[in-house]
Formats: sequence, structure tokens, C-alpha cells
Amino acid sequence: MTGIVLAVVRPGDLAAARAQMGFSLAWHIVLACLGVGLPLLTVLAEWRGIRTGDQSYRLLARRWARAMGVLFAVGAVSGTILSFEMGLLWPGLMGTFGQVIGLPFAMEGIAFFIEAIFLGIYLYAWDRLEPRKHVLTGLPIIVAGIASAFFVVCANAWMNQPRGFTLQDGRVTAVQPWAAMFNPAAPPQTVHMILAAVMVACFLTASVYAVALLRGRRDRYHRLGFFLPLTIGAVVTPVQIVVGDWAARFVANYQPTKLAAMEGVYHTGTHVPLTIGGIAQGDRLRYGLEIPDGLSLLVGYSPDTEIRGLDQVPRDRWPPVTGVHLAFDLMVGVGFFLLLVAVWLAVGAFLRRRRGRFLLPRAFWVFGLVAGPAAVVALEAGWTVTEEGRQPWIVQGVMSVRDAVNPAPGLMVGLWLVLVVYAGMTVGVVYVLRRLAKQTPVPVAPQERDVEDYPVT
Amino acid sequence: MLANLTLAVMWVGLTCYALFAGADFGAGAWDLLAGGPRRGAEQRALIEHSIGPVWEANHVWLIFVVVLLWTGFPPVFAAVMSTLYLPLTFAALGIIARGASFAFRKVSSEPRLRQVFGGLFAGSSVVTPFFLGTVAGAVATGRVPPGLGAGNPYTSWTGPSSLLGGVLAVLACAYLAAVYLCQDATRSGEPQLAEAFRRRALATGAVTGAVALAGIAILHSDAPQLFAGLTGRALPLVIFSAVAGAAEFPLLWRRHYVTARVVAALAVTAILWGWAVAQYPVLLEPNVTVAASAAQNSVLAPTLVALAVGAVILVPSLWWLYSLFQQRPRERTRTLRAMR
Repeated sequence: MTGIVLAVVRPGDLAAARAQMGFSLAWHIVLACLGVGLPLLTVLAEWRGIRTGDQSYRLLARRWARAMGVLFAVGAVSGTILSFEMGLLWPGLMGTFGQVIGLPFAMEGIAFFIEAIFLGIYLYAWDRLEPRKHVLTGLPIIVAGIASAFFVVCANAWMNQPRGFTLQDGRVTAVQPWAAMFNPAAPPQTVHMILAAVMVACFLTASVYAVALLRGRRDRYHRLGFFLPLTIGAVVTPVQIVVGDWAARFVANYQPTKLAAMEGVYHTGTHVPLTIGGIAQGDRLRYGLEIPDGLSLLVGYSPDTEIRGLDQVPRDRWPPVTGVHLAFDLMVGVGFFLLLVAVWLAVGAFLRRRRGRFLLPRAFWVFGLVAGPAAVVALEAGWTVTEEGRQPWIVQGVMSVRDAVNPAPGLMVGLWLVLVVYAGMTVGVVYVLRRLAKQTPVPVAPQERDVEDYPVT
Repeated sequence: MLANLTLAVMWVGLTCYALFAGADFGAGAWDLLAGGPRRGAEQRALIEHSIGPVWEANHVWLIFVVVLLWTGFPPVFAAVMSTLYLPLTFAALGIIARGASFAFRKVSSEPRLRQVFGGLFAGSSVVTPFFLGTVAGAVATGRVPPGLGAGNPYTSWTGPSSLLGGVLAVLACAYLAAVYLCQDATRSGEPQLAEAFRRRALATGAVTGAVALAGIAILHSDAPQLFAGLTGRALPLVIFSAVAGAAEFPLLWRRHYVTARVVAALAVTAILWGWAVAQYPVLLEPNVTVAASAAQNSVLAPTLVALAVGAVILVPSLWWLYSLFQQRPRERTRTLRAMR
């Protein structure tokens, strides 16, 4: 292997590279979540439509399929950009460790292939296949979408818990790709992410119909469009909170510095309080709400549990504490807000069975409306915790971002270009989706005939 | 052994990308040249119809190649991506603009908006293969040294051979698209469109051939090593490509569109594999060979096995996708369409 020479990197270019990667990832992750969750909703609606003959379900399936077509296309290209950026921005990482994490990416490639193939069939063969066969072509999209998410997050988990290689003089030897892929961080991270994807897709879809309900469109179509995704999201939410607890406890054991930043713990010790909110000043968090012994209890179920603080590592290896801590609190806060929505829905459904009347007040729709954007906020905040909490490392304890970045000049220009193009794409997506929501369903492909069967209310 | 196999699999992926996604880009180029919104409406409908269901799957070949390059030959990936940062960034932005605007146009109904998105789609369909071609040219002519960002960020991809690579890539895409669209137009019962694309296929074939011939002279002076490889070990493939290219003219002339598709694809395939044979075993000049840059066997073996297992699902699925949309829609549909 040819030795890789590290050149001097200008700080501005490093910041630009991080900003570009962070921005394009934060953008793509929303699309990726919709790519996992929307096919699930669409296939479910189509299947219910076939089973019950209910026009509203059929129309929902058609509408969601059209949105899915646009979102999948945009997600596919923004995902491609990420694979380019791995090399354009972080050649130091890929040149050294590309082979260690290549296996999950290769499998992700196959999963994505299957997703793209069956999406093409699902969207365009509506009139070429029998309804039952058509709904079956949606299943590979769901399975492959979840598999893609699993493989990609395995690779990301490896950056948190690098395994499966030996480093000798900066060279990688004795690579065990399976050990790298199934690193200890993979189980909590993949489950947490896949559930998050389903939640984001469900709550976001429900939000759209909450707007319509609030505007007075209370027909069956809009009610189903609201309650079908909301119910799935509500079922997943409590599970996600348990999984999130598992993930945080994992971080406490395996990445103590990240946990210290998440919770703003500066000094190692027992009886560590749980601090909600607050800003890092000097060597402590100020203005936060402290719950005595809270963190020790959460991590080890006992106030005597020792929590390792930031003092365990030199100061230049601290993640940005305020940002990570507040992002974590934000994610957890939104999680509990979504749990409130879920419990409210469950109580409403329960009372409906008892009294035969739907007892959800108008205020509930407002909560349902807020839940979608809130879920996206939680997603981004959680992502921030994972990535910022690992700083300054790109591979925990092994390689810093500074050593991974491309030394070529002009990364700042790339950042601006990417910002402009993504801004344009954002406007395009929002505009097109808004138009789609207003339009009566015109055929996805010109040859489609069965559109007449689905009158719009 | 495993390294060579990985390289071969990657090259198969690259070939598929060129033959399938290349034609999608080429269709975008014809969209650009289709004329005003009214005159070009029929052509654009045909183009949209034939690439709509398949372009995303075709696009995945690129991701396949990128991932296999970083898994199988990580130092080469790092060197290529870091030195050719600029053309690859432009290509990436082109990929974004192409995919997004195609999807946006498909669901837009206002003529004005369709024009804006269509222009973006068509323009980026030309720009993207051009920059990808310059990247190929830069690698083929040995202007990417090993190391991180070790090459010149500008001159590495702006030499005559790189520009030749860019122009040839655009032409090859347009050529493949024109040949493929002849059959698509015939099948959808639009013989006048088939004639239009037949004329274009003939013209682009002639231009591509002429540029390729002129390119030999450019390579002779700009990239002597590649020239020696192409006229030495790879000569049979080069000749094969030229023969296939020449055979296209009578095939198109007699409207043997299905055979013309296969032969055009073979001509492009032979060029790609000719390049590989000419350069093998050196991946990066002067001395980064396949053996020197390959990942360990412990990585390559499971990756190849995973790909083989994946192929068992993938190949029939792809076959179904292509064949499904090469058939006519169900009988009832056509009668309904005719009734409208």
C-alpha cells in the first residue's frame, strides 16, 4: 500500500468540510427517513384499500405514492452526494479505513438497488399488474429500505466503536470486516435510527392531514390520512423511548466522554445530578435545572453509580459541551412530547370503544400538527448528539477529523456551491409537494388508466 | 487474484453505468435539443416515458462503483477523490440537479414550471457525463498521483485528453440514447419519432467516430503510455469497437433497431474494457498497481460473496424491471387510451 502523506490543512477548510458534510447529511437524513417510512404507509393504505374497497384508502395510497416518487428521487441523489463527499471531503478516513467499513456499504448498495428497482415497478406498473401483485411489489421496497438504514448505520456505529482492524504505523492490518460491521454500537444505534425513521415519516405525514382537519376538511379521507400514520407513530414512540434509554446507557459505558458532554458532566464522581438545560461556562453547566442523583440513578439504577466526566480526557479532546447537551435535551424533550401525543391518542381510542364517541378535541389536531416538525427536530438533534459528541474524532480514539480532511484548497467554494444547490432543491421539493397536495391525482405515468376509478373529494 | 476479481466486478459495474445510466443522460441531452415546448413535446414525452421507471435503478451503478472502489482500493479512491475534487463536485451537483429536476418536472403540470425543471434536467444531463469523462481522462492519462490531494487540482483534469474524455462521454451517451430510443419509439407506435432518432443516431455515430479517431492523435502526444497500451495489448478491443461502430450504420439504415441496440452497447463496452486492458495493472501512475493498492483478502472475499448473493436477487429483479416496461401495457389500457 502506498503511504499517505498528510498535508497541512487550513482551519477554514476543515470547518468548511465539516459544515458541508453536516449540512448535506442533515438534509439527506430526513429524506432517508421518509424513504424508510413512506413505503410502509403507502403499502399499508393500498392493502387496506384492496381489502375493504374503501376509496379513501386507495386515494391515500395514490397520493402517498406520488410524493414518495419525488422524495425517493431527491433522496437517491442526495445520498449519492454523500458517497462522493466521503472521498471529496474525508479522503484521509477512506484511504485508511475504506476497506474496514466497505462491507456494510457494499451491502447497502445492493439493498438500495433493490429499493430503486421495485420503486420503479411500484410507481409505474400500477396498471400493468393485478392489484394484489402490485401491492406485493411494495414489500421489497420496505424490506430493502430498512436493510439500507441498518447497513449504513452499522458503518456509522463503527466510527463510534471502531473494531475489526489493527493499526500499525498508520497502516491498517488484520482487517475483520464482520467484526467491524457488527461493532458493539451497531445494535442500539441501528434500532434507534430505524424506529426514528418510521416515527418521522408517520408524524410528518399525519401533520399534513392535521392541517386539513384544522381547516375544516373532516371527511373520511382526511381523517384516515391523519389517524393511520399517527397510530403507527404512536405505537412506535414508547418503544423508541425504551430503545433510547438503552442507547444512552450504551454510550455511558462505551463512550463516556460523549455521555459527559450530553449531560454536561465535568467531574467524575458518584451522586451525579441530571441537569436539564443550561449553558457550559468554565467547568460547569449554569442555569440548568438539576435533579439530584438523577444521572447516577438513570445510568446505574443507584445514586452511587460513578459517572466519568470530561476531566478524564484532555481539554482539547472535549466535544462542544453546550451544543451536544442542549441537542440531547431537545431530543429527549420531543420524545416525551410525542409520548404524550401517543398516550392521548390511546386514551381517545379507548374512550371511543367505551362510549362509542370520538372524544379527541380540536386541540389534539394541533398537537398532531406539531408532532411532525417536532419529530424532525428530534431526529436532527439526535444526529447532532451522535456526531458532535464524537468530536474531535472522526473515528473514536483513532483518527481525528483534522487528519481525515482533504488538504486540497478551495473546500470553502464547495460548501457555498452545495448550500446554493441544496437551497434550490429545498424550495423545489416544498413547492412540488405543496402542488401535489392540492392537485387531483393525475397519472404518475402517461399510460395509467385507473385514475378515473379514484374520484377526489 | 481476489483483487483482480474485485477490479473486474467494479468494471462490470462501470460498464453497466455507462450503458444504462449513460443512455439516461443521453436522453436528457436529446431533451435539451428537442426544440420549443410545442415542437419538442412528443420527443420529451417519449424520453420521459422511457427513462422514468428505470433511471433510479440505473443510477445505483455509480454508487456501486464508488463503494467498490473505496472498499477494494482505498488509497486509489482517496487519491482520485481528493485530487479531482473539482470535476467530481461539479458532477455531483449535476447528478443532484438532474435527478431532482426530472422528478419535479414529472409531477408538475404548469407549462412554465415544466420548462424550468426540464431545462435544468436537460442541461445537467450534458454537464454530468462531461465532468465524469474528464475524471476518466485524468486517471487514464496518469495525472492523479497517489496521496491525499497530491495532484494539481486544476491542470490534472483540464488537459487535452481529459477534455477529450469529457466530450466523448457526452457523445457516447447521446449516441446510446438515440439508438435505444429508436426501438422505444417504434414500440410505442410513433414511427415518425423513431425516424427522427434514427437520423440522430446516424449523425451522432458519425461524429463520435470522428472524435474518437481524432482522439487517437491527441492521446499520441498527450498520453503516450495510454496510447501504447491501446495500440498494443488492447488493440483487439479497439478494433472490435471500431468494427461494431461501423456496423451500426447499416443496421440503423435498415432499421434493425434491436440488433442496433446490442451492437452499440458492445462498441461502448469494448472502449471501456480496452481502456482497462491498456492500463492494467497500473491504477495510478507511476506505480500504484492493483496488487499494491488492494484491500486485504479478508475484506475482498466477504464483499465479493455478499455481492454474489445480492446478485441472485438483483439480476432477476432488474430483468423484470426492464422487461416489464419493454412490454406493451395491458390490452384494456390501450383501448382506454385510444378512447380518450
